[in-house]
Amino acid sequence: MLLHKAVLAGLVAGLFAAAPALSQQKVKIGFITTLSGPQGVIGNDMRNSVELALDHLGRKMAGLPVEIIYGDDQVKPDVGKQVADEMLKKHQVNFVSGVIWSNVMLAVSPTVTGAGTLMVGTNAGPNQLAGKDCNERHFTTSWQNDQTPEAMGKYMQEAGINDVYVMAPNYAAGKDMLNGFKRYYKGRIVDEVFTRLGQTDYQAELSQLRAKNPKAVFVFYPGGMGISFLRQYSEAGLRGQFPLYSVYTVDELSIPAVKHAALGQLETRYWSPDLKNPANQKFVGDYQKKHGRPPSFYGAQSYDGMMLIDSAVRAVKGNLADQKGMIAAMRKADFNSTRGKFSYNTNHHPIQNFYLLKAVAGPSGKDPVMEIQKTVFANHRDSFYKECAMKW
Amino acid sequence: MILIIEQILNGLQLGVMLFLMAAGLTLVFGIMNLVNLAHGALYMVGAYLATYFFQATGSFVLGVALALAGTLAVGILTELVALRTLYERDHLDQVLATFGLILIFNELIAMLWGRAAIYSALPEYLQGHLEIAAGLRYPLYRLLIIVVGLAVAAALWYVVVRTRLGMLIRAGASNRTMVAALGINIRLLYTVVFGFGAALAGLAGIMAGPIYAVQPGMGELVLIQVFVVIVVGGIGSIRGALAGALIVGLVDTLGRAFLKPFLATVTTPTAADAAGPALASMLIYLLMAVVLALRPEGLFASRG
Repeated sequence: MLLHKAVLAGLVAGLFAAAPALSQQKVKIGFITTLSGPQGVIGNDMRNSVELALDHLGRKMAGLPVEIIYGDDQVKPDVGKQVADEMLKKHQVNFVSGVIWSNVMLAVSPTVTGAGTLMVGTNAGPNQLAGKDCNERHFTTSWQNDQTPEAMGKYMQEAGINDVYVMAPNYAAGKDMLNGFKRYYKGRIVDEVFTRLGQTDYQAELSQLRAKNPKAVFVFYPGGMGISFLRQYSEAGLRGQFPLYSVYTVDELSIPAVKHAALGQLETRYWSPDLKNPANQKFVGDYQKKHGRPPSFYGAQSYDGMMLIDSAVRAVKGNLADQKGMIAAMRKADFNSTRGKFSYNTNHHPIQNFYLLKAVAGPSGKDPVMEIQKTVFANHRDSFYKECAMKW
Repeated sequence: MILIIEQILNGLQLGVMLFLMAAGLTLVFGIMNLVNLAHGALYMVGAYLATYFFQATGSFVLGVALALAGTLAVGILTELVALRTLYERDHLDQVLATFGLILIFNELIAMLWGRAAIYSALPEYLQGHLEIAAGLRYPLYRLLIIVVGLAVAAALWYVVVRTRLGMLIRAGASNRTMVAALGINIRLLYTVVFGFGAALAGLAGIMAGPIYAVQPGMGELVLIQVFVVIVVGGIGSIRGALAGALIVGLVDTLGRAFLKPFLATVTTPTAADAAGPALASMLIYLLMAVVLALRPEGLFASRG
């Protein structure tokens, strides 16, 4: 009996002694995205891809088990910041990742890096964080916002397309997209039209557009706005009349809702499901198998986010206290990215290719799919890295 | 000139959509004194049910009919289960409770159909254009929306002005206590009116389905404009809802189309570029402010 008690006491003591050590033996990642409301569809795709990445890693990084904590920002900067605070203080995460929206990112990233934790953004790329507010603890696996419209501007410039009619929602990102576009497109712009954020009916604008008779149309309509816009564009019979070019408007999440109305759509992007490299084929194939539909670029860059973190943890052999070592490792971008090989610029934003994609008919009666047409930019740097004071 | 006519048609089409939403909302507010923020949710339910039934039955007309009946049923159920308890409460409680209903409906739809926007087709015979005048080709489906909207307005007018039910509705809007005192089953009247309003919102959603994004939360995007309509038109008045909807539809559409070019002729193009879109999206709220300043009870207030 006495022996029993002693053994038990010993066991309990052992447990308590081991507990803190055990909790150190884990890689804790906080992943912030939007999981509720209409935009939750993006967050869902990101979460699916993060889970797939962890499955591919065997849920371990450098032999340490990975614990992932998801947080919902509800598309609100203040909520995103709160969620980040909770991850930092309560869960004591080693990395914070995710974040779809630029305004949320501008609230979350300084909170995370200010607390001395590493931030791996997997979507939003506001120019501030690529330029004057760059930070050695902040990395992104996606892009700087302007890069994608810059690619479309360059393509349309080189294709000699003139008289372009441009449209975007009237908010910060809408204006950024047009600025990015005009950085490379130097031809005539027939008219610039800004519509209300969240607008559902575009018939009035489409009537004006038809009357102006442009040679081409360039738009930025993310999410539900894009779905409404594409349907109405097609329904108004403009599809055949004025070629439509866009950024962040047609993707794997919106195609099921617009189907044939997307056919022929041209978009620029750094990634596509048909990109031929082993990492991408594994990612797209397994995602398709698990969820019955192709992943979106939001997913691809979130998958990459986990792989980037894994490369850092492996480089320091699981010694998570060695932050300098992890930063040095991440700067090498030494992992198999779904976009293929890329490198990091001095501001921790990717130097990468951008492609022209077209929505073409899918296999036998299936939804249209995005297909790469050509490379628009090889190893494209963003336009803000010179404002970043970081040197390495 | 052709462009102006086309934009007026666009304004009319937006107006009748707003009217279908506003008619139900204004009746419910006028008669039951209930602020129903969840009215947009019924619009969403209509759009989802129409999409679902069209796919299930293969017939657009049958899909629309089933969706209408479905929204009516959902509306009546909501009234019986949730809203009944709210009539005696003050407006803040109603706002809170019906906001809760918005969340419940959105999540319910997300559970059933997912968060992603779903595909809602338009039957082939409704695609294409109609040549109204030389050089003016207008989408057939949008014309249909205008026709249906105006027909519903006429039918509503008939019901409200010429039938016994309409008499009760008007009486209820003017003096609820008296109607109840005269021995009318006011509870039943409330349920009927709410179901009616729900079906109208559902009809708006059904027609919006094939051209807008059908996704959770789609109702909230239109609801704000609908509130502007009933404030401009006068709360509780069907006539006001129609006039308000057409005015708001036309002002919004014409503002979006012509305000920027107009400003460019009176100021510099750069100033017009900056001010045009901002002013165009504010226009209906400015209109509401002017109406509130001159006629706080709205253009066609029901006399209480």
